[in-house]
Amino acid sequence: MKRIFAREEYCLGCRLCEINCLVKRSRSKRLIKALRRERHALVPGVRVEEAGRVSFALQCRHCDDAPCIEACIAGAMRRDPGTGAVLCDEARCVGCWSCIMVCPAGAVLRGKARKVASKCDLCAGEATPPCVEGCPNEALTYEER
Amino acid sequence: MRNWLVQPEFTVERDPERCVQCQVCVRQCANDVHEYDAEDDLVSSESSRCVGCHRCATLCPTGALSIRRARLEFRPNANWTPSAIRNIYRQAEGGGVLLTSMGTDQPYPSYFDRLLLDAAQVTNPSIDPLREPMELVTSLGRKPDRLELDSSAGAPRAKTELPPQLELRMPIMFSAMSYGSISLNASLALARAARESGVYANTGEGGLHKAIHPYAGNMIVQVASGRFGVDAEYLDRAAAVEIKIGQGAKPGIGGHLPGEKVSPEISETRMIPEGTDALSPAPHHDIYSIEDLRQLIFAIKEATCYAKPVSVKIAAVHNVAAIASGCVRAGADIVAIDGFRGGTGAAPTMIRDHVGIPIELAIAAVDDRLREEGIRHMASVVAAGGIRSSADVVKAIALGADAVYIGTAALVAMGCHVCQKCYTGKCNWGIATQDPLLTKRLNPDVATRRLVNLLRGWGHEIKEMLGGMGINAIESLRGNRERLRAVGMSDGELQILGVKPAGVGA
Amino acid sequence: MKSDRTKYLVLGNSTAAIGAVEAIRALDRATPIVLVSKEPRHVYSRPLISYLLAGEIDEERMYYRPRDFYERNRVEARLGVEAVGVDARARVVRTADGAELAFEKLLVATGGRPFVPKIEGLSYTSWDDARVVRTEGVFTFTSWDDAAAIAAHLEEHHPARAVVVGGGLIGIKAAEALCARGLRVTIVELAERLLPLALDRRASELAARACADAGVELVCGATVKALRSQGGRVSGAQLADGRVLPCEIVVLAVGVVPDLRLVEGSGIRTERGIVIDDRCRTSVEGVFAAGDVAQGRDSLSGESRPIPIFPHAYRQGAVAGTNMAGGEARLESAFAMNSVEVFGLPTVSLGLAAAEGDGYEVLVRLDEQARAYKRIVLRDGRIVGALFVGDIDRAGIFAGLMRHGVDVSAARELLLADQFGLLTLPAEYRKHVVEGEGVEV
Repeated sequence: MKRIFAREEYCLGCRLCEINCLVKRSRSKRLIKALRRERHALVPGVRVEEAGRVSFALQCRHCDDAPCIEACIAGAMRRDPGTGAVLCDEARCVGCWSCIMVCPAGAVLRGKARKVASKCDLCAGEATPPCVEGCPNEALTYEER
Repeated sequence: MRNWLVQPEFTVERDPERCVQCQVCVRQCANDVHEYDAEDDLVSSESSRCVGCHRCATLCPTGALSIRRARLEFRPNANWTPSAIRNIYRQAEGGGVLLTSMGTDQPYPSYFDRLLLDAAQVTNPSIDPLREPMELVTSLGRKPDRLELDSSAGAPRAKTELPPQLELRMPIMFSAMSYGSISLNASLALARAARESGVYANTGEGGLHKAIHPYAGNMIVQVASGRFGVDAEYLDRAAAVEIKIGQGAKPGIGGHLPGEKVSPEISETRMIPEGTDALSPAPHHDIYSIEDLRQLIFAIKEATCYAKPVSVKIAAVHNVAAIASGCVRAGADIVAIDGFRGGTGAAPTMIRDHVGIPIELAIAAVDDRLREEGIRHMASVVAAGGIRSSADVVKAIALGADAVYIGTAALVAMGCHVCQKCYTGKCNWGIATQDPLLTKRLNPDVATRRLVNLLRGWGHEIKEMLGGMGINAIESLRGNRERLRAVGMSDGELQILGVKPAGVGA
Repeated sequence: MKSDRTKYLVLGNSTAAIGAVEAIRALDRATPIVLVSKEPRHVYSRPLISYLLAGEIDEERMYYRPRDFYERNRVEARLGVEAVGVDARARVVRTADGAELAFEKLLVATGGRPFVPKIEGLSYTSWDDARVVRTEGVFTFTSWDDAAAIAAHLEEHHPARAVVVGGGLIGIKAAEALCARGLRVTIVELAERLLPLALDRRASELAARACADAGVELVCGATVKALRSQGGRVSGAQLADGRVLPCEIVVLAVGVVPDLRLVEGSGIRTERGIVIDDRCRTSVEGVFAAGDVAQGRDSLSGESRPIPIFPHAYRQGAVAGTNMAGGEARLESAFAMNSVEVFGLPTVSLGLAAAEGDGYEVLVRLDEQARAYKRIVLRDGRIVGALFVGDIDRAGIFAGLMRHGVDVSAARELLLADQFGLLTLPAEYRKHVVEGEGVEV
């Protein structure tokens, strides 16, 4: 399956990926409006880690052997049979944070607007996720490996 | 202590309706122009530090930024220009030599912009490059005095052995830009693009970094006055060797890479101790006459078994024609002439702006002189220094060049905004810097793609212009002054260029 | 009445059983699986009963897998059928209705049963040493039926005060649910502090404060010695020190033990639970065990013990299922892990989170005001325990480091820092996590 990979040697730490993700998840879908009005309620699926001069964008790895699926008490973490992505069904999630407890990449975050787990969902079916598309230095790739 | 004389050159304007405090500008400016105040949730800009590189404005997702010339307007004065005044302010405050980068920005008249190309019409049909083969392939190197053919076995074959040649898919190469003045990512992109486009790139005086070894077959390595990175392997790997006598941006003086920029990698590539200044002296200290040059040329030829062309790069100065002739007679297979508009990583402003002559005049003069002396075939001539477009390429070839080197154009293709601050080492685009935080901004895959695109575009355009003239091989254009006409030039200029004024027929 | 020999017989209908079914199906799409479960319900998630009782979720959300799960996975689900004995030699399972199910491969995933302490005044029926509560108003809290029974009691009798016996995970969850339903709750805990197994002293203090803020009374270092009742219904809980806590409902949440009644006399070796190896095999060939009923090896403490943790149950089931279907799988690491919000205060506890003393290096960071606490326990440069209160973000990175026994001595100073993340770890490990094929729990 296709996954998003980050090359830390080209990541600028500019966080445009986070912004593009927020806009994608927003209601308004318009950059200025989303960042002005909806920022407090949105959690991006990708987060840039920074340590000194090195940075890279981290998101859910959609592991083949996903620990979060095993740990989820509500059966909310499921694999999409089509894309292979690991998706959290927010309607079933009870916010127990077992997924946060087991994710080795630390890629699951607590939702802001609702008490549910929030993480990258590979933009369910979009041809190229906006974080990849919008990276000014092409540090993110969307590929099969 | 505050600087009371030197005023900021640029003003950063931020549209409050569009700024969403995403702080990309804050993170991306290497000069700390932008700052985020968490308490007020506001990004503000300290314009005095802005160098006009446009990094912030380019990356801003909402297009909220614009960079304007600073509003401090002087009373209009054609003689005491703002630039002249500011230079004095800087020296009054700091003393020292004014430094700058890239090619001269002074309003000297351009000859390229006053030359026009011919087109075929009615009496002489044009050629459609989409339907007819167009030959852009160019060979650089010494051509034999005579060509003996052997027709004994059917189709004629050359009996004469050809001296070593560089074969270019099109008459454009990447100019000498040293690793040290530009980042490794940039050097790598130039090498890769040269390989992909079937042309060559010049290492400049920075040596050949090991990451570029796989592309060495498309590299011309430079032996400059500091002899950085020169050893037997260096010469062996390359496709050709170039002795750098001078550079268009700073004729007569040497180069200087400050010790702070001599990192472990640069130290290894240039073969000098870490942290020491890399000084290239003005003359090669073993070349004090044309005979010395001949000695060095042949020493290199011996060392490389006469298998590679040896090039000599000179700056375009008053006596360039005689000097070029001397170089050719000294055994150079290629003579590269760098005009006064050539770029540089760092040079004294006065030298950059006031020394040297335009490449257009230099090429015409050199081409004429070599032909007069009957030695034009002994070396290829490469023109450099301010080639901005495919039209400039075509004109340079028509004036007498075999091919051109592009420097600034290649950097611009990779993202340079010509802010002329390369000498600070804080290139926000990751090109003219060694700071790892900045160098990662230039993704070599992206940069290579952009360079290859540039060459492809120019290649097509050259074919269009050639076809328009009714020519189907670049060779037919070389030195063909008849296909050029001039506008707005004096008689003297016309004579030097060997070009007729527009309006005059064949 | 003997049936045809079933290739795959699964006893149990919770996460371990599902893990096994899904693992078997990954290797063997066709052979039917027979699943036997005492509870008549479609597979549901046991930990969700407190959310159900609290009214936070509806019944539909209780189901752990979609309603067509059995059909889609070719599982012949015999729900409401209780397995009562295993004959290892004859390789049959006897059910309560007298039937005998012959098997090739058997998985015992029947889980645990609530531990009911002996309390004066508490009437119960017992079957061997299991006790099922019979006093009205006194409940255990481990199954949907328990939650339903409590809900019915609340509906009918509108109790005002509740006593929850046990300040562990189940107790906290029960208390939260009852609080959400408007009752005044008192938690009685035997140890000196709340969540004594999952948390350390400081974290327990923060948790206790969260309880107090929610209006819940906490009595530690105490046991309920006797129950008072009136008219057959509970009316008060008497502590060992004599104090009586008036209440109209009592929830017993002391603990869960593996339910071994089924395998008694079967020849399958048990200690505290059914003993399994790293392939989930029991002492009898072809018989596997997984989940709360099983006893495996804690890879951090070296102990052999039941590890009744939800993700482990699934993993054990999956390992058992893979091995049952002819594949090869092993349990790679196992240690306690819990994520529980204590009255709104998130906590995550991994491995030997409270360990201290010889051989252990303990790093702590406490922010009293923000009620944020982090505690990392190292042994030989490797993390063997981690505890997070308040700020639980990225706790899983530690779980990963513990699973793989990564040496983190070089990053010691950064372990507690705000910006701790994959970037502060060796590039090789980071590559493995980001680009590898995924990590086993």
